[in-house]
Amino acid sequence: MAIILDKLDYVYSPGTAYEKHALKNINLVINDGEFIGIIGHTGSGKSTLIQHMNGLVKATGGTVYYNGADIYDEDYKLKDLRTKVGLVFQYPEHQLFETTVLKDVQFGPKNLGLPPLEVDLRAYDALKQVGIGDDLIDASPFELSGGQKRRVAIAGVLAMKPEVLILDEPTAGLDPKGRDEILDQIAKIHKEQKITVILVSHSMEDVAKYVDRIIVMNHGEAVYDGAPKEVFAHYKELEQIGLAAPQVTYAMHALRDAGIPVTTDATTVEEARDAILAWYREEKK
Amino acid sequence: MIRDITIGQYYPADSILHRLDPRVKLSGTLIYIVCLFLVKNLWGYLIAALCLGAIIRLSKVPFGFIVRGLKTIIILLLFTVAFNLFLTSGTPIFEWKFIRITKEGVSLAFSMAVRLILLILGSSLMTFTTTPNQLTDGMESLLGPLKKLHVPVHEIAMMMSIALRFIPILLEETDKIMKAQQARGADFETGGIIKRAKAMVPILVPLFISAFRRAGDLAMAMEARCYRGGEGRTKMKPLKYHKPDGIAWVAIVCFIALTVVSRRF
Repeated sequence: MAIILDKLDYVYSPGTAYEKHALKNINLVINDGEFIGIIGHTGSGKSTLIQHMNGLVKATGGTVYYNGADIYDEDYKLKDLRTKVGLVFQYPEHQLFETTVLKDVQFGPKNLGLPPLEVDLRAYDALKQVGIGDDLIDASPFELSGGQKRRVAIAGVLAMKPEVLILDEPTAGLDPKGRDEILDQIAKIHKEQKITVILVSHSMEDVAKYVDRIIVMNHGEAVYDGAPKEVFAHYKELEQIGLAAPQVTYAMHALRDAGIPVTTDATTVEEARDAILAWYREEKK
Repeated sequence: MIRDITIGQYYPADSILHRLDPRVKLSGTLIYIVCLFLVKNLWGYLIAALCLGAIIRLSKVPFGFIVRGLKTIIILLLFTVAFNLFLTSGTPIFEWKFIRITKEGVSLAFSMAVRLILLILGSSLMTFTTTPNQLTDGMESLLGPLKKLHVPVHEIAMMMSIALRFIPILLEETDKIMKAQQARGADFETGGIIKRAKAMVPILVPLFISAFRRAGDLAMAMEARCYRGGEGRTKMKPLKYHKPDGIAWVAIVCFIALTVVSRRF
């Protein structure tokens, strides 16, 4: 019972021409140690939703509980919450500002008021976790490549040792290699440190490969919530709201339609391969 | 919080004022501002305020939305009032220790405050009802005669419209960066002036970088579409006067006349 969103409602700029109902009655429970994917097309409320989870945006209705405490209570310390729920924004490299990579990563732990030694330790540790080598530690963050910058920015949040790590489109604008590297590193951090990870994405392939639960957002509502297999079984409905299941799901359905009795719930290439091989062996007997 | 700054934003609505020719709105605003400084007495301010009220009604922009723009000048407003109130010499009406308020001071403070408020409301109403593109078109066409004096009218108009266009973008960007740094434990709300000023560094550095990046991207995008200044450039929608514009001009002339007449009372 880490984060509970209870009847969450959010309206942007109420009472103006720009009024927008961004979240409608969201009820979610995010358990400790889960690896969750939030998908939805642009403007579906994904980013607004995750900003509620660490109190950066205050809901216009409903409330958020973190470990049982109501974060909208007057004496609740939002600053503490923000250190426990680490949020990596979209294009996080745009928030880098320090003169060296190391100093930038130290910004978070320093704000926590930790002793200098602990700050250093955490910064080095976080940089190592995201695969930034010692040779880049004293470089200016603005000299790095796009993928490196992004990893430094993620390290900046990791250095605060959050209990929940939320990443908003961490792979946007990266090439396939950079994308895989970052996602693999995130999966590794999730596995080794047993922290909760929430991944916001609109790439079904990314999400299907890593997460064990998917939440689908559409027009401010959470329309589906379940294991990838369950969610992608609704691939026809997903298409209607402008999303799509992973390509293998389509391939498996096409095989089945062509009269080959394979199971259709594969969501990754590996699972699809196993399913086809299973059918092939069966056939050979 | 930062979204509350509404000066320079466009407010989409379907009203007579939105459809008016930008040249009329630009010159109207300019005339309105000049008239505000011609006003001599309460009658003049009353006329100016009533006219503005009527125009705001016509514009279909919610009154509360326009007034929110005043928030940003509240400090300037307080300073103006305070300086005029306490530092004007004349017949004293209130004296206590070193504080001295004069009759002239009160009337000066009042007229400055009213002028400032009407000025901001009037000019923000123009940007609320006119898109940046229309504004540039209007400005370019109004300043057209200066081209003969080799004033780069088109370039100036383009720069101004880009600057206006960037205000909401940079505000949004600031909001985003502030949130991102808050997520890293940054604290902008507590501490003394020096601590708060220092806390601005993590916002300002990324903001400047992104402003330069955006400017570079924009310049590139313009060049990619073969933009090379105003020479020989034609318009997709050339400005044309219509009937409502004529009526608006008549109203503007009436307003000038009323203001001038009010000086005689």
